[in-house]
Amino acid sequence: MSTTAPDLSPLRRAAAWKTPELIFWLLPIAAYFLFPKSLSLLSQMAITALFALSLDLILGYAGIVSLGHAAFFGLGAYAAGFLAKYGYGDPLLGLAVGALVAAIVGYITSFLVLRGSDLTRLMVTLGVAMMLYEAANKLTEFTGGVDGLQGVEMHQVIGLFGFDLYGKTAYWYSIGVLFVLFCLARRVVNSPFGLSLRGIKQNVRRMPAIGAPVNGRLTAVYTLGAAYAGIAGALLTQTTQFVSLDVLSFPRSAELMLMLVLGGSGRLYGALIGTMVFMVAHHYLSDLNPQYWQFWLGAVLVLVVLFARDGVMGLAQKMIKAGKS
Amino acid sequence: MSAVLQTRNLVKKFGGFVATNDVSLNIERGARHALIGPNGAGKTTLINLLSGFLEPTSGEVVLKGEIVTKLAQHQRVKRGMVRTFQINCLFAEMTVLEAVSLAVCERLGLGGHWWRPLAAQRDAVDEAAALLASLHLADVANEQTRNLAYGKQRLIEIALALAAKPQVLLLDEPAAGVPTSESRELFETIARLPREVTILLIEHDMDLVFRFADRISVMVNGALLTENTPDEIARDKRVKEVYLGEALDG
Amino acid sequence: MTIIFDGLAAGMLLFLISVGLSVTLGLMNFVNLAHGAFAMLGGYVCALLLARAGVPFLLAAPAGAIVAALAGVVLERTLYRRLYGASHLDQVLFSIGINFMAISAAHYFFGAQQQAIVLPDFLRGQIKLPGLDVGVYRLFLIVIGLTLALGLQWLVGSTRFGAQLRAAVDNPRAARGLGINVERIFTLTFALGSGLAGLGGALGIEMLGLDPSFPLKYIVSFLIVVAVGGSGNIKGSLIASLMLGLFDVAGKYYLPQAGAFVIYVVMVVMLIARPQGLFGRSAAK
Repeated sequence: MSTTAPDLSPLRRAAAWKTPELIFWLLPIAAYFLFPKSLSLLSQMAITALFALSLDLILGYAGIVSLGHAAFFGLGAYAAGFLAKYGYGDPLLGLAVGALVAAIVGYITSFLVLRGSDLTRLMVTLGVAMMLYEAANKLTEFTGGVDGLQGVEMHQVIGLFGFDLYGKTAYWYSIGVLFVLFCLARRVVNSPFGLSLRGIKQNVRRMPAIGAPVNGRLTAVYTLGAAYAGIAGALLTQTTQFVSLDVLSFPRSAELMLMLVLGGSGRLYGALIGTMVFMVAHHYLSDLNPQYWQFWLGAVLVLVVLFARDGVMGLAQKMIKAGKS
Repeated sequence: MSAVLQTRNLVKKFGGFVATNDVSLNIERGARHALIGPNGAGKTTLINLLSGFLEPTSGEVVLKGEIVTKLAQHQRVKRGMVRTFQINCLFAEMTVLEAVSLAVCERLGLGGHWWRPLAAQRDAVDEAAALLASLHLADVANEQTRNLAYGKQRLIEIALALAAKPQVLLLDEPAAGVPTSESRELFETIARLPREVTILLIEHDMDLVFRFADRISVMVNGALLTENTPDEIARDKRVKEVYLGEALDG
Repeated sequence: MTIIFDGLAAGMLLFLISVGLSVTLGLMNFVNLAHGAFAMLGGYVCALLLARAGVPFLLAAPAGAIVAALAGVVLERTLYRRLYGASHLDQVLFSIGINFMAISAAHYFFGAQQQAIVLPDFLRGQIKLPGLDVGVYRLFLIVIGLTLALGLQWLVGSTRFGAQLRAAVDNPRAARGLGINVERIFTLTFALGSGLAGLGGALGIEMLGLDPSFPLKYIVSFLIVVAVGGSGNIKGSLIASLMLGLFDVAGKYYLPQAGAFVIYVVMVVMLIARPQGLFGRSAAK
């Protein structure tokens, strides 16, 4: 009986930081010096990337389809906005409250979302987001309705760095939060919990047969994704000192999905790269042709679904593989 | 009498169709119990009822003296009853080692741990590695499951179940679709399992069944026809009729 | 009473547009979020024919339906077909892409403004009954909606085409074996759904308005109809549409401050109360 032991090194290496990753995280530093005039756009990019990351956790890893992820973004945004408007302007407190509010709603709605098929999930997530949108739209005395929430005043970050006119603090603050939460997400997806999420996505029938409580895991990751989205929303409020009704809108959810698919879902970096590609394209195309940029957006979406289902990251991996062989 | 797994008057109806008709089954601890019967007799439905994949219309499933009829699938796995699938039900995009580690982690209750990476769960990974080695799967441990030959995938189907350290193992045609030469090997692997593991086996290959099983139940049209030792079953006229009918059909 | 009547008329309109979505979703298992784009197309064709070519309304509206149906055939043949059997997520992304393109195109060709149409005289005005003012156009909508509902029920339930469609959906391989041209059946069904949407879009200009944001603005309502009525279920769609129309009109009348909130709550509650039963066939996937 031959009992050669399996080679464990590939598994051990899987969670280690690799060189391209380290280079990737030098980009924000380089961008700061290369595009000092575009810091507000770059901050928005970091915030949106965090938002995309939150969708990647639930869609890319656990396979929960959502057409209403903006609900949690908006909750975080309004929570942080109210807090700062009524005198509690500490940024980190705002993030914590944004995360908490979104997480609570995420936890509660997870029980609705997890029932039924993909289609039911699409509808319920969409319905919940639309409900929140309408609520924010109509409760004008609290939210300002379509005019947005004004009067958000932020304190200094950790009591040291005030938000300046050039957006330097906003930039480093956004990048810092993104990096910390990215590292956390990276740990989560490489843990046994993350592996079980991949298991659920790849074969939801088998998971209970190896003893995994599928619904419990999905609830956990949906809540986590909601909290991440809440933090992203809170960040947007804090760095722009304003909450627009837009934060809850359907196009925000739809575009987010597009960014994730563009970058490649289930890979963490796909969320970041997809956001970068999308926002840079948005920036330039809508400069060229502000009204019709949506057309190209739609065309790209159709092409991605038909021909490049794994997005930029998938294409890159294919090219690397082809290059090697 | 030490039945580790029992069903009491188990019934499953799909609309007007009775797939499981009043089945009362006793599986002794440590048994090598085979469940045979023509196609469509309701064997897989019975496995689905035992494992909790389906809920019975009426009747009970009793595991180690406890009624588990209302328990979810994963709770039955936690209580020691694990199944395999007739059609491969695997994690296509995981490596073999990842998939088996996942199953081991779930048994050890580590599946919800989200901080330490999988590789740092040494006990789980080492156990998965040892299991793969014992099944002669060490050389494909780092291959993606979907890239493996069918015969290997059938073995992984069993490996995932074994990772849950079953006391009762429900094998639904483990050798389905595997060429005869490889199916012998597969059955040798199953035969090597420790005696305290109770096995309920669905299998069509009568040679394998009569060599492997020490107890055989025959199902026809959703109901139990008879249960006995292999020798008695081999002599049973009714069983012959059932199978003669099938042999003529197919 | 007038509220009930208006609600029924709004519901009929909703039914016309949604029933096509219900068919593609329920019978062909395709999540086509771009369904509203076909309705929009029908609406623009009708509005243009009326305003620029002076075509009578009773011809312009069917023309809108026909153009939408033809567009449905072309898109089904070239693009949609590739995604039958793809995941719902892919279908959603794809059809959102189509939506974006349609919205932009409408913007480009027709501008952002609302399209207004002038109804022919015989469809205008009111019939005064005791306690009830009946808008002639609304009555017209109700009659058309009922007629089409009955016609569809007959088409799917009692004709050879309907039987072939049901066979093709239940088991495409077996249907092919029986000599049914499954591809053609699907194309025709898709065209029928798109055409009905186009008709609904044309007839709806008067009540729903028409501008480039149409496909996204109303997609939620269409989905609610399908969700509540059960996809692929014509009778269910009709009942759900009427309910939604009533809720919507009554909500706007009695609770104007709540806006569309009411219908979203209705939808989510319905989905929670009957998550499986509502979807009939597609939940089994």
